[in-house]
Amino acid sequence: MADINLSRITKCFGDYRALDQVSLDISDGEFVALLGPSGCGKTTLLRLLAGFEEPGEGQISIGGQVVAYPAKGVMVSPEDRNLGIVFQSYALWPHMSVARNVGYPLEVRGMNRADRDRRIAEALDIVALGPYADRSPAELSGGQRQRVALARCLVMEPRAVLLDEPLANLDVHLRETMQQAFLDFHRRTGATMIYVTHDQAEAMAMADRIAVMDKGHIRQMAAPETLYREPADRMVAGFVGAGSVLPITGVQVENGGTCSVKLGDTRIAARVCPKLANSGHINGQAGLCLRPEDVWVEDEAPLRGKVEDCVYLGGRFRLSVRIDDDHTLPVYANRRARVGDPIGLKVADGWVFDRLAGEVA
Amino acid sequence: MQATGRLRGALPGIMTRSTGNRSSGRLLYWLLLPVFVISILPIVRLAFEGVFVGGVPSLDYFRDVLGSGATWQATANSLYTAGLGTIISLVIGGAFAFLVALTDVRAKAALVFCFMIPMMIPPQITALSWVQLTGPSSALLNAFGMAPPMGSPQPLYSAEGIALLLGIQHASIVFLTLRANLRMIPREQIEAARLAGARGGRLWWQIILPLTSPGLIAGTAMAFVTALGNFGIPAMLGIPANYPTLPTLIYQKLAGFGPSVLGEVSVLAMLIGAIAICGVAIHHRLLANRDYRLMGMVGRPLDIRLGARRSLVETILWAVLIAILVVPLMALIATSLVPAFGVKLNLGNFSFGAFYEVLFVQPSTIRAFHNSFLLSVGAAVTLVLVCLPLAYVMVRKPSKLTKLINLLIEVPYALPGVVLAIACILLFIKVPVIEISLYGTLGIIFIAYLARFLVIALRPVMNSFTQLDPALEEAAQACGAGLWRRLRDVLLPLAAPSAAAGALLVFLTAFNELTVSALLWSAGNETLGVLIFNLDDSGDTVLASAVAVLVVLVVIALMSCFQLASRRLPKGVVPWQT
Repeated sequence: MADINLSRITKCFGDYRALDQVSLDISDGEFVALLGPSGCGKTTLLRLLAGFEEPGEGQISIGGQVVAYPAKGVMVSPEDRNLGIVFQSYALWPHMSVARNVGYPLEVRGMNRADRDRRIAEALDIVALGPYADRSPAELSGGQRQRVALARCLVMEPRAVLLDEPLANLDVHLRETMQQAFLDFHRRTGATMIYVTHDQAEAMAMADRIAVMDKGHIRQMAAPETLYREPADRMVAGFVGAGSVLPITGVQVENGGTCSVKLGDTRIAARVCPKLANSGHINGQAGLCLRPEDVWVEDEAPLRGKVEDCVYLGGRFRLSVRIDDDHTLPVYANRRARVGDPIGLKVADGWVFDRLAGEVA
Repeated sequence: MQATGRLRGALPGIMTRSTGNRSSGRLLYWLLLPVFVISILPIVRLAFEGVFVGGVPSLDYFRDVLGSGATWQATANSLYTAGLGTIISLVIGGAFAFLVALTDVRAKAALVFCFMIPMMIPPQITALSWVQLTGPSSALLNAFGMAPPMGSPQPLYSAEGIALLLGIQHASIVFLTLRANLRMIPREQIEAARLAGARGGRLWWQIILPLTSPGLIAGTAMAFVTALGNFGIPAMLGIPANYPTLPTLIYQKLAGFGPSVLGEVSVLAMLIGAIAICGVAIHHRLLANRDYRLMGMVGRPLDIRLGARRSLVETILWAVLIAILVVPLMALIATSLVPAFGVKLNLGNFSFGAFYEVLFVQPSTIRAFHNSFLLSVGAAVTLVLVCLPLAYVMVRKPSKLTKLINLLIEVPYALPGVVLAIACILLFIKVPVIEISLYGTLGIIFIAYLARFLVIALRPVMNSFTQLDPALEEAAQACGAGLWRRLRDVLLPLAAPSAAAGALLVFLTAFNELTVSALLWSAGNETLGVLIFNLDDSGDTVLASAVAVLVVLVVIALMSCFQLASRRLPKGVVPWQT
């Protein structure tokens, strides 16, 4: 087990900068998710960690050991990094039995037969596949195959486990079960885990911290709840959670990290990011992030809008309410609303941040 | 500070490990060296003959050869026959591959088995049997009284005759590559297209054909290059018709001898090599834009139902097989049974005298079988051992060097066998550095075989590496398996079927090979191809036919053995196995 440090990593493929000066520190035993839209560089980052790619610049160290440092010509190959990896395509070897797949890392390390068999049995028990040891991978279902891949990581007691969209090929129910399996695995082993996904729900459910990536940069790295409540910029606010980001002007900063924002014909109170709070005033545009659970329907409220859409989510409805030409709010409601109906809204909370454009922290 | 301290402490260990790994990677590159020596150096040596006149660099040979109308006539003829032949191969081989791999025709194993036989029969024998079949002196047609009247022209002595036989000879190449590709198509991709509303022609043109385009392109390129370098068919059919192609022109120049013959042959060889490289380069260019790594599990093979048309399709398939395989072989057998060449065969006068003669009177037949067997098994085994790591380097660690070699190794296969033979003689008559002559030994034939058949063994392995999910190897790497370990435990088992298929092809092709050994043989070191050629050349057409029949029987027997063993072998080892 080990902490992982990436410092100012750049990776180019031809002219394309897949990663640009990315730094990331992951502590021992932490479960970190790399979240972002496709093409954001999250898989490249994982492959750099695993050693399948060599960074162009920067330094990667695992547990204090420098594993990639192009300036000094250091590049530890993947087979010497002792990292486990779980692929989206499972990458089970079709010509080996489940047990041999799982035991392969031990076979490579030259462990004797008896110890190996014991460890394989333990690992298969942890992922609840004990009875399947002698099957061929082709005879297993998708979820079972992924659990075999996980057991293969587990058995080698890696310094960290890297997971590359491991649930993308599985159905929704299986995903939840597998999420639980990953969490159990994490709790039981205390392994550092780095989990690449484009699914924010998956990241939020499992990770201690989430690094949101976009266009080769890490936009924000924080605990899921912080990411949700206090997104650093428009990209993060829009990507994480079912919220809405509104461009706003006329923010009046008040004491205690709050402010007042003009919305429609009225003003609402919102929390404001420290940078804006300290500067005391705002030049130009800022962004307001609203979460649907902070907005509710109140017939007499001064903020008026028109229902544009109504979706039943099971137990509640999600409305989309237009309050003026450029602003639409998401709202949870207990009753169905007809599209086109006028409606009053009360906003209990909001988050104001200063970065609207694509610039980087 | 603490971090930098740790960093320094960790550095030395890392450095050694890092270099250790790189050197094993570099070790792979050393593989390119023997490949270079065996398959490229002889060609370079021959090229020297073309650009040096009396030891002085000169373009005289180029001027002479390229200025001659005969050269361009032969080039045009070569392109025409090889091109037309490739189209015929594509039509026959493609139709067979699609129908056998994708539809529910019955008796697939038998169809495939029979379809493979024409490729395993030496082109001279093919040409011989077709000539025996058609024309006024056909033993078979005469026996039935169906022969055309004496004096009418032999229809196969023409450009189209050559193209037809080239097409038949190489249809199996298209068939094999295409079917390998078709079997990798996951059923879902076709089903998705059908659900999207694609049916009939649209399904074929828009989904199946594009998905199989890598196989189609590869098969076409290989068939074209093989047809271009084919010597046996244009020699048997073109020389009587006075229709020269580049390989026969080279042969005639060599036969004519003269002080400048090597130089001119060298330039002609470069010309044919250039055409072959163009063909291969187009093939690589076309394939480069297609990364059709097929996703998904390759499950059950497709079975498109032909319904009521199935019997009709089956009848046509078998009729084609009878026309291209059974009838010519009957003609060959008929010739081997006549008491003397030209005598009309009937039920009363057939004789097994020729078989008795070649098997029990002349010791050379058994010796030739022995030599051919030794050479072809040796070449197949050696090439597979080289090809597994070599294909790995070419597919997984591509560089400018590997790309160049990828093109160049096609040359010894594309060049007519006589040219390769001359190149090998020039280079190995006195091996540089160790000063040993390989000429007059089986060794020189062996080396020439390695050069010539490298491509056949390499391509299937490369294909299977290309289609392998890289994650399979990366997973092993993450497990701590080093390069050789990964090759042994993961890549080799997964590529083994295609490697075995390649080895089998090398073995069967080398077993019948003539053109390379025609110049390299020596007394006691003759191969089967040479034996047949010499017998036919000295007028013993009946004896030649008898040996040819024996060769065909042995080939069919060997193929049957593999066919029977195929159930116990991993899937894909026997190249024609369903």
